[in-house]
Parts: sequence; C-alpha cells; structure tokens
Amino acid sequence: MFGAGGGTSSYREIEETDLIVLWGSNARAAHPIFFHHLLKGVRNGARLYAVDPRRSESARFADVWLGLDVGTDIALANAVGREIIAAGLENREFIRRATTGFDAYAEAVEPWTLERAEEITGVPAAAIRDLAHAYATADRAQLCWTLGITEHHNATDNVLALIDLALLCGHVGRFGSGLVPVRGQNNVQGGGDMGALPNKLPGFQDVEDPDVRATFERVWGTSIPPVAGRHLTRMFEGMEEGVVRAVYAIGENPAASEADAGRATRLLAGLDVLVVQDLFLTDTARLADVVLPAAADWAEAEGTVTSSERRVQRVRKALDPPGEAREDRWILSELARRLGVDWGRPTAEEVWDELRSLSPIHAGMSYRRLEASGGLQWPCRSEDDPGELFLHGRLWKDPIEGRPAPFIPVEHDPPVDRLSEEYPLRLTTGRHLDSYNTGVQSGRFSSPRRIGGTLDLDPFDAAALGVTDGERVRVVSRRGAIEAPVRITDGLRPGLAFMAFHYPDQSDVNRLTIEAWDPKSGTAEFKATAIRVERI
Amino acid sequence: MELRLMGASSTEAERRALDTVIGPAEVGQRVVIGGRAVRGRRHLLLPALWALQSEVGWVSRGGLDEICRRLDIPPAEAYGVASFYDLLSLRERPDRVVRVCDDLACRMAGAEAVIAELEGTLGPEGETWERSPCLGRCDRRSAAFVQEAGAGERTVAPFDPERLDAEPEPTPILRRGPLTGRVGVVDPGDLDAYRAAGGYEALRRALRMGPAAVIREVKDSGLVGRGGAAFPTGVKWEAVASAPVRPHYLICNADESEPGTFKDRVLLEGDPYALIEAMTIAGYATGCERGYLYLRGEYAEAFGVVAHAVEVCRRRGFLGEDVMGSGVTFDVEIRRGAGAYICGEETALIASIEGYRGEPRTKPPFPTTHGLFGRPTLVNNVETMMNVLRIVTDGGPAFAGQGSGRSRGTKLFAVSGAVNTPGVVEVEFGATLGEVLAAAGNPTEPLQAVLVGGAAGAFVGPEASDTPLTFEGMASIGGALGSGAVLAIGESADVGDLVGRIARFFAEESCGQCVPCREGTRRQSEALASGRFDVLADLAAVMTDASICGLGQTASAAVRSALALGLIGGGR
Repeated sequence: MFGAGGGTSSYREIEETDLIVLWGSNARAAHPIFFHHLLKGVRNGARLYAVDPRRSESARFADVWLGLDVGTDIALANAVGREIIAAGLENREFIRRATTGFDAYAEAVEPWTLERAEEITGVPAAAIRDLAHAYATADRAQLCWTLGITEHHNATDNVLALIDLALLCGHVGRFGSGLVPVRGQNNVQGGGDMGALPNKLPGFQDVEDPDVRATFERVWGTSIPPVAGRHLTRMFEGMEEGVVRAVYAIGENPAASEADAGRATRLLAGLDVLVVQDLFLTDTARLADVVLPAAADWAEAEGTVTSSERRVQRVRKALDPPGEAREDRWILSELARRLGVDWGRPTAEEVWDELRSLSPIHAGMSYRRLEASGGLQWPCRSEDDPGELFLHGRLWKDPIEGRPAPFIPVEHDPPVDRLSEEYPLRLTTGRHLDSYNTGVQSGRFSSPRRIGGTLDLDPFDAAALGVTDGERVRVVSRRGAIEAPVRITDGLRPGLAFMAFHYPDQSDVNRLTIEAWDPKSGTAEFKATAIRVERI
Repeated sequence: MELRLMGASSTEAERRALDTVIGPAEVGQRVVIGGRAVRGRRHLLLPALWALQSEVGWVSRGGLDEICRRLDIPPAEAYGVASFYDLLSLRERPDRVVRVCDDLACRMAGAEAVIAELEGTLGPEGETWERSPCLGRCDRRSAAFVQEAGAGERTVAPFDPERLDAEPEPTPILRRGPLTGRVGVVDPGDLDAYRAAGGYEALRRALRMGPAAVIREVKDSGLVGRGGAAFPTGVKWEAVASAPVRPHYLICNADESEPGTFKDRVLLEGDPYALIEAMTIAGYATGCERGYLYLRGEYAEAFGVVAHAVEVCRRRGFLGEDVMGSGVTFDVEIRRGAGAYICGEETALIASIEGYRGEPRTKPPFPTTHGLFGRPTLVNNVETMMNVLRIVTDGGPAFAGQGSGRSRGTKLFAVSGAVNTPGVVEVEFGATLGEVLAAAGNPTEPLQAVLVGGAAGAFVGPEASDTPLTFEGMASIGGALGSGAVLAIGESADVGDLVGRIARFFAEESCGQCVPCREGTRRQSEALASGRFDVLADLAAVMTDASICGLGQTASAAVRSALALGLIGGGR
C-alpha cells in the first residue's frame, strides 16, 4: 500500500482500537484467527461496522451492518468520503502535510451524495452517514477487508477507494489506526515477501528496476528477464493464445480454484507439459505429466512463514515426510542439479540468509533473532532493528519522511456479469468456517459444522421459485450450469444468493463464475455472477 | 453473535408475550443495529422468560429460540438461565400448577398430611402440583403458590385445595414500631393516603439536606444491614457515593427467601410507597439514577402492590426525571426472581438481573465498586432501606439512642411455629427472645428449641429466652440474628424431621457452582437421612471454609447447632 506490500497494522492494534470497519470480509468464517483478535477489540470496547452484501456470521457480531449490493463498494466508499468532507470531518492537517491529490479526490467524490449512494448501493443514507461520521471521528480506526473487495473486476480500484478514506481521516501510520487486508493463509504474505509475484523480486523489489536486477544477478549468477511476468489470469490467457505451453504448479490447484473452471481444466489439459508439486493428488495433479510429491511445510520442513501482520516466524520440522515426498527446497535443488546447475544442498537457514542479503526489509532477521523473539515484523533492516509494529509512521513525522501518500480517485463500475430477465439473481461466493479453499486439505476430514455445497437462498426467493429446503436445483449462469441442494437461510435478501466454493466435487461453483479480471491485480470477479435457478 | 438456534418455531401467543417485554424482532434487509446495542439488552432475559411462563405456562424451545434471536443470546446460555429457576418450566405442563409449601412452619402444622391427601386426589407430585420451599406465609401455617397460564401467579394462605382463588389472609403485626406503623392501617394502593400519613416528608427533608448530610445521618445512626451480615449501612453508602466510576446503581434486595422469614413481605405489601421513598433517598444520596427492586418470584401479591405504587409515583412525579420538582432523576425498575434462594446473595442477585444464572462470585471486589453491569452499586435489603426514612426525619442520633453496640434502632422479627399468634413483631433492640415470643401470644406448649435466623440460622435451647435478640446477644450463645426469623419448636415436634428438611433445602438450593457446597450439601442431607452423624463435623468444616458464598458457609449451621444441643444424634 503506497509502496509497501502488506497490511499496515499489527494484530495487537485491532485489539486496542476504537472502531473496526470490516469491509467485504467474513473473517469469522474465512479468517478465524484474525477474527479472534478482532473480537478482543470488540470486547475491549471497539465498535464494529460490517459492510457486506450478506449479513454474514461476522456481520452478526457488528454494532451496525450495512448490506450493500454486490459490487457497489466504490459508490459507498465515495459517498462516505464525500460525507466526511461535507461535514468538515476530514483531517486537514494530515492531508496538507502527508498527502497529495486531495482536491482532485474531493472533486471526484462530490457527486456521491448520500441519496445517490443509497440509490446505487441500496444502503439507507442515514446508515452511510453514520458510518462516515463514526469513521471520521474515531480516534483510532482499523479498516479491514478481504476478498469481498478484491475478487472483483475492479479490485484495485476498490482498494484505492478504501485507502482514500484512511488518508482523508489520517487513519494510517498511527498506533491503532491502519489498513488491514487480511491474508487467507498462514503464509500468503510470505509468498509475496519471497518474490512469488510476477513483477517483484524478493522483498517487494521491482523486477523492472535495472539496479535491483543487477544486485540479484550478481548474487544469483544468472540473468533475470527485465519485464514483469504473467499473473495467474494472464497465464491462462497465454495458454489460450498458445504462447504458454508449460506450467509448473507448486501448491496450487487452478483446475478447481479458477473462475470458469471448465475452461481452466481444458487449457491445463492441453499444455505440452504440466508439472505439479503438491501434498495431494489434486484435480490439477490428475491432469499433470509429472507429479512431485511434496512435504507439508508446516510439519515436515524447516523454514519461515510471514503472517498478515508482516511477522516472520520460524517453522520447524517435526516429522519426516511420508514415502517419496520431499521438502520443496530439496525438490528445487535437485531439479536445478538435473538441469545442470549444482546448488548443493542448502539448509533452510542458508537460503534465508541469502534472502536477507538481498531483501533490505528482511536483513535484520537472523534465525537466532527470530527464535529469541518469537517472530519479527518487517521492515527490519539490521540486527539491532526491532522491526515495525505498524507501517507509514513516516507520514506523521514533521516534515514527513519519503514521498507523500497520493489520493487516487476512482469511479464506480458495476459488475461485468449483468443481471437480466434471463439471469435475475446475483450469486456471490465465499467460505465456510470448516472448509478450506477447494477442499483439497479440509475435505478429507469430517466436520460437525459442514453443510456442503448448497445454494443459499432468501426465503422470499425460495418461495417465488417454489423450492424447498434441501431440494436439488439447477443453477445456471452464462457460462455453465451445476446442480446443488437449496439451503434457505437468513442473512441474504431477495435477489441475492450465495454459494461456498469448497466443494468442487459436489457443486463446482466456479463453473458458473466469470473470468472477468482486474487488469491491475489479476483477480477474477468471483463475487458477482448473474444466475437463474431452475427446478429439476 | 453468530447464533445456532434450535430450529423450533414460536407460537403467536409466545411472540405476543415477548413483544410486551422485549419488543418485536427487528432485522432489516439492509441495515441491522446489533452488537453493543443488543448485548445491552441481555438483562431483559429473565423478564422475557417470565413473560412466557406467565402467559403461556412454560418455556418452549420455540419461545426460547425467539428470545435468543431478539436478544442475540446463544440458546445454550438462555437454556442455562431458564433451567436455573424453579418457577420456570422447560417442559409443557398443565395450565395450572400448585406449589405446596412443605417447609419448616407448615411442616410443623402438618404439611405432610396435606400433601399425602393431594397425592390421593391429584396423583403423584410433578404434574398438577409440586412441593415448594418456604413461601413466607408461616403465620398462616400452610400455603401454596399457584401458577396459572394466562392468569399469572397468586398465593393461597392458608392452603385449601378447594379454595385456590381465595386471597391470602393478612399477616398480623403483633407489636408496632416506626417501620410497621402504616402496615394494615394506611391503604397501600393510595399515594395520597401515604402522604397524609407522613409520606414523602423524609425525601423532602433529604433533598434540602443534600447527599453528604444524608449519608452523615445514616452513619451517625449506627444502622447496620438487616440482611444478616450487619455491615454498617452508612459506610456502604459512602463507598458508593464516592466511587469515581459512573453510573451508580441501586438495588433493593427484596428476595426474602429464608425459610421462616416474612417480615419484608409484610412491608412490601403493606407500605410500598415508603420503600420507594426510601430507595429514592438512597439513590439521591449515593448518586444513583436507577434503582432495581429485586423481588422474590413467589411474592406475587407484593409484586402487584409495588408495581402499582411505582406506576403511580411515575405518574405523579415522585419517580422519573424530576423527582418532586427537585431536578433529581431517579426511577425504579422491578425485577422478579423466579424461584432461587441463592439470588438473595447480592452477587448472585446482580448476575440474575444482568440475565445470567444466579451464581455468586467471590468478593472482593465488592458491589460498591464492581456491582450491577460492573458499576458501583448499593445493595440494601428492604428492612434496612426502610429504616432510612426515620433516620432522615428524626436524625441519626435519635435512631442510635435505641439499643446498644451494633444493634441500634428497631428490629422486625417474623415469629411462627408453636406460638399462639404467629406474625411480625417490631421491637427496640434489646428485647429478649422471651419477650418476642410473648408478643406472639406465648408458646402453645413447652419448647424444645427455637430456630433463630431461618435455615441458615441456628437452634437455641429454651434456656435462651432471656438472651437479648441483638447481634451481640445471639453471638454470645453461638447463634446469629440472621434474617430475623424466630421459629418456636414445641415438645411435640420432630426436630430430626425439621433438620432433614433444612438439609434438603440447601442441597436443592445450592447453585452447584463450587464443589464444597454442591457436594457438601448433598452429603450432609444423605448423612442425616442415614444417621451418619459422625461425618457431619468434617462436612461442615469443608463447606464453611471453602464455599464461595454464604449459602455453603452457613448450610451446616442449623445442623451443627442441633447436634450441639442434642436435638439430633441421640445425645441429651
């Protein structure tokens, strides 16, 4: 966020903040550990606002839930911004000293009156005003979001709209105030840290920067392509165009997790070479030419992970991997050797120390320090650097350090998959607490809470369709059709339906979703599909 | 909160009953206000359960689900609360259920014979009738509590199965004093009659004096709590008044449940405006704008009287935002207990009002700093509170001029058992046990013993009749004044049977939270039933030392005193 690839705040801060806005996030089900920290904050007296089309499990804990229409987040955020400015509640001193582009932003949001926002989002004007005033007048406020914001065709714009609100009120760079994109796995953040991004080298250093490349090339003894690579969605485009002919998938199951899964499977099957390295024989692995059985990183290998609060922690090996499974590090080194480069057999610490020599934000995190401290938060630039509890404190220095943070005005753009007479229901997707992603890992265990791949409907819609609870129906989108049992539930409203995507074997919801993706982030619009429901 | 409801649906009647107490469910399609606003309504759980019980006759799963949905309470917790109270039924049962008192005084008057007859005519206990612990009608020698769906609750005393609609007979005031002067004389429903009899002069005077001066008078009076612990009332008031945390709350403990005790009921039924006036003075002096009157669930008649009085006071400006035009805000909310002796313990009472199981907690912190909703709270029982009127009117020193030591002013005693005219006696501190018994028309037969202080009190021998009924006097013979119950036990009575009933009472009323009490009370009851008197001393030591609250700590007192006097255990 303005130059840093991670959330600005620590878990401790959400426990000690005054206001929490959970925007497009059902953290109760999808990020239960983070949600525990959040609940501590609520217990300590923080007010919780939930912005979500559904009155989700998380929203049920909120002081106020705002049920906007799917894909109208920018309209709501802009109206909140306009109301803050109209009421004179913006933090003028912070804006003057630490930001640029305020005037253009104020002009851009000016048309977003509460009334217009009510019309577009469906949320009553009074509730939008309440959110705006609560956020602007809170001494400390945490703005948290997850995939309800990012799984849209305009994901980046959605995020920018929220960042603008934080800048408007100075809710960033101070203890207790921050922007928190919650990560879905223990090490999503770590993947980014290590450079598993198409345009970044480790430590979020730009691959297109020649000085950065030169540094890496010197240590790695090889040349690095000077252009950013393809993100996942563009890889599939490449396959479709025939320019991507080989895929090496490590711990990823795109055959089940991609939007428009029928197309994804077809493209993967048509490759010249598909190599899959995974713990399990996933749907993708079944299509592969070569499957490399991998050790489980959380129990069968040494290394580190980075959590949502940028905290790097050690992971220790407790078990030997079963059968022929090997640690990823062993597999990659062995692959290099057979391709003609001998890396030897580096230990996890040796790999980490090389990373530290190349990534300034990790430089101070020796294994010794990580063990002694129980984890350090980047940036941690030297052995005597304690790490950062929160980012962007620089914006509060007088004068500020580094570049000011820019306001970037964005415009509302409705979901690509429009509702029509033929496809009148809005389907959105999400998670259940007991299941994980495509169910490759969690599907092997039974859970008393598991309800499986149902189509959740509002009682009104169910009655209009003449379907009963548990009845199997056909769900049809412009891309495909699946069957699923109906679950009549509260928390929705007429016109809004929900499915979880954990159960591709039972009801493969991604056969319905649209592969409309955000050109800036590469994320597909999983959250907004137009469907109709047919009785069988 | 994310609720897992039981999936049962409520009936129209249940929803209507709940609408009056907690309002309809409000869930919008676009905005829902929840969180703190809803959590702050948790204290309405017990009133909501009462609404279902009174109107529908039981608490069904559907009804419980509906409450949980409206108040955002997990069903397991709501069930835990509902199942805590004896007067709430979680299974469907006949519309009318009669709870017949089989406790000490009624027992001595032949309750078991009445119950045997009921078994003959109505069948076994559990459907249309049940046994009940003491209903506070000991002066009538028999009593029953009638719960009737749609018609609420009422008491029958004396109990006559043929006349369940009869109004209970009034309790005689055998000797009057400042606390009982109006009882049975002034119409308890008429505010103007109360004012004509001197009512609201104390509050007028208090408002002129100011809070600090009121507290000074209460301290000077030497008034100590009448609930049993005898803590100096003025010190408690001062602690609450000076607590920096706001708001402050006031609670009047009217959960009079000690077997053999009925003197607070007489005040509640007979002089309700005086209690409201006294609470208003206490609230004014200690900085409370809201007072809760926690009333024993079985006191249905007192509830009617006091609820009416509160309503009249609100309408006439004696409660509300501008009490008597003084600018002072004070209001009273009545909370009905639902059949749990333990809720007379102040921390349990607080938990009960808050909508939790009435389980006590360890002290400190005391309610004066951490009370209702975690705020500084003044808790006084009815008799203590009522004494304040006289203290404000006549001054603390005049009050302190009666009695001696810690025992100042007058004291109410509920006298029952083997006396000719059971009832309430108000005496100056210093009167002896014999004088109090004489005021009740003397014993009907030579006495074996007198139980002073109720089930949590102790037996004393007839030779104690010269002992003054003061805190000091009772302590000198190893007893305690306790609740002010005086139960005379004649020669013909079966003391072993009474002690067994006391032991069963505690076993049934233990909240079960702490092991020494939960297990100890049961083992004590079993040991008495099987004649294992040798283990009683050990059980008593464990319960007294290790129980969280007064229930467990005093559950062996009567048993021990009975053993010491040789009334049981084959001594003497």
